[in-house]
Amino acid sequence: MLSVFIEVRDGKAKKGSLEVLSEAGRLADALGTDVVAAMAGPVPEDAFSEVFAYGASKIYSLENPRLGSYSSQGFAIALGAFVREVRPEALFFAATAMGKDLAPRVAARLGVSMASDCTKTAVKGDAIEFTRPIYAGKALLSVRLKSSPLVATFRPNVFALRPPEGKPGERIAMPVDVPESAVRGLAAGVIIEQGGEIDVTEADIIVSGGRGMKAPENFALLQELSAVLPRSAVGASRSAVDSGWIGHQHQVGQTGKTVSPAVYMAFGISGAIQHLAGISSSKYIVAVNKDPEAPIFKVADYGIVGDLFEVIPPLKEALKKAIAES
Amino acid sequence: MNIFVFIKRVPDTESKIRLQPETKSVAMDGLNFVISPYDEYAVEEALRLKGKTGGEVRVIAVGKEDSLVILRKCLAMGADEAVLVKDDADETFDGLRTSRIIAALMKNKYASHDLLLFGKQAVGVDNAQVPSMVAELLGLPAANVVTKLDIDGPNGTALREIEGGLEKVTFSLPAVVSAQKGLNEPRYETLKGIMAAKKKQIPVVTPEELGLAPSDLDSRVEITGIDLPPGRQAGKILQGDPAEAAKSLVDLLHREAKVI
Repeated sequence: MLSVFIEVRDGKAKKGSLEVLSEAGRLADALGTDVVAAMAGPVPEDAFSEVFAYGASKIYSLENPRLGSYSSQGFAIALGAFVREVRPEALFFAATAMGKDLAPRVAARLGVSMASDCTKTAVKGDAIEFTRPIYAGKALLSVRLKSSPLVATFRPNVFALRPPEGKPGERIAMPVDVPESAVRGLAAGVIIEQGGEIDVTEADIIVSGGRGMKAPENFALLQELSAVLPRSAVGASRSAVDSGWIGHQHQVGQTGKTVSPAVYMAFGISGAIQHLAGISSSKYIVAVNKDPEAPIFKVADYGIVGDLFEVIPPLKEALKKAIAES
Repeated sequence: MNIFVFIKRVPDTESKIRLQPETKSVAMDGLNFVISPYDEYAVEEALRLKGKTGGEVRVIAVGKEDSLVILRKCLAMGADEAVLVKDDADETFDGLRTSRIIAALMKNKYASHDLLLFGKQAVGVDNAQVPSMVAELLGLPAANVVTKLDIDGPNGTALREIEGGLEKVTFSLPAVVSAQKGLNEPRYETLKGIMAAKKKQIPVVTPEELGLAPSDLDSRVEITGIDLPPGRQAGKILQGDPAEAAKSLVDLLHREAKVI
């Protein structure tokens, strides 16, 4: 049996977790087993039905008043108890902020090694091989884990969702003991960034600006463009971030975020090696740059050699029109 | 306050990565090595905290002897002591292995510790495992991917980056914190610091001295392959004036790529 930790934010199962559930379902089919889900703390009814729809055969609901707000210590204790009781062969997480925080702690608690931020899985014989980018995507490493249960995190936006056709299954309430003294760190609230926009790691479309944006106020052009596009976010190159034009949480590349959107649009980004590594798993790359020799054009599916300030306004209008018509 | 910072020697981010398929590894010759960029924020934060609250800053590297260079850099930045835990293994990609070594060091040599600072991940391996794992092995709370840190007596508050925002984490010391870009601007070494660092002894500890058995040092991550990512081809350059080019771009995204 494989298991997936389902993260709940704002009363909903995270899309990244449902992607992991989908991929675990494909692995389970190949291995002739099934997938169960583990959820911690109070879970709204809708989230349960979503998790069944995406293929969980059972949901273990880990219960303790101390799981009301997230703490890696409390959640790790709960998941440790789940693994001891249910004995899954694997426990997978989405490589979200929470998953990246929690999974290694759970792995250490279980005394097992893990694979981080996987972008591909394969069944080889009766083992699972995990493939993950290293050096921000400049190379891909494939590994097998020699400890059990298998623990791994899967990068959001990479694995396809299954059709949500699963039937409701059994829900098992599992009270867990979380001693007060064992939880000394606690998430005490979230400060949402202005605009409440989605993160570049979760966006389907990223409109990204580099040195060619020339000034911080010009990032408003990209924000306006992003406002037209569903599930999009504004990204930036390292030089734009280091110039103080936009916050570092927008930075894409080796010292920023590695992204895999459906479309990555680079405006005024020349394409340094660190940046190209971070965008290499994008499905489509679009580049707009004045310099026809810019390295970004060597990887772009579609390029426009020209002044981004002249391209963005008609592009925004054309996109608006295309989206309204589709 | 007893502050510990853990650093790793990595190829700089401009490195072109070459593979050695026969050993399933990344070729390390000809690369320029640096302290992992996120670790530098951790060192800087430690020095700033020391400036505010007093105490000692110890910087620890787990690795081969060539890590002495980055340890010396940290001494030049102002760390009080640097320690090398000599581990001659090539990269294992096994975060738990490194975490066991660090946990053994803390339990055996530095049982009195208030704050353990890390970079949010080592550039290259990109695991982001060790801070959380060490925290668990030592029974400590952790705040990871932190862009703001306040320590007030026995308590800490951190802002950590999450999707589309920041999460506030409160914790009590001792604790683990991992640094994200934006936490601070690392200082440069001063000439005086560099001269003083040259004279300092860097103690070397071996895993055996920490009571670790050879089986504790086995990697449980078996590398089955290493590849370059599929290459991307240069695509179409769209012609015409900006408005025409923008229109053909949207057409292609709609009809050919089917993403709009």
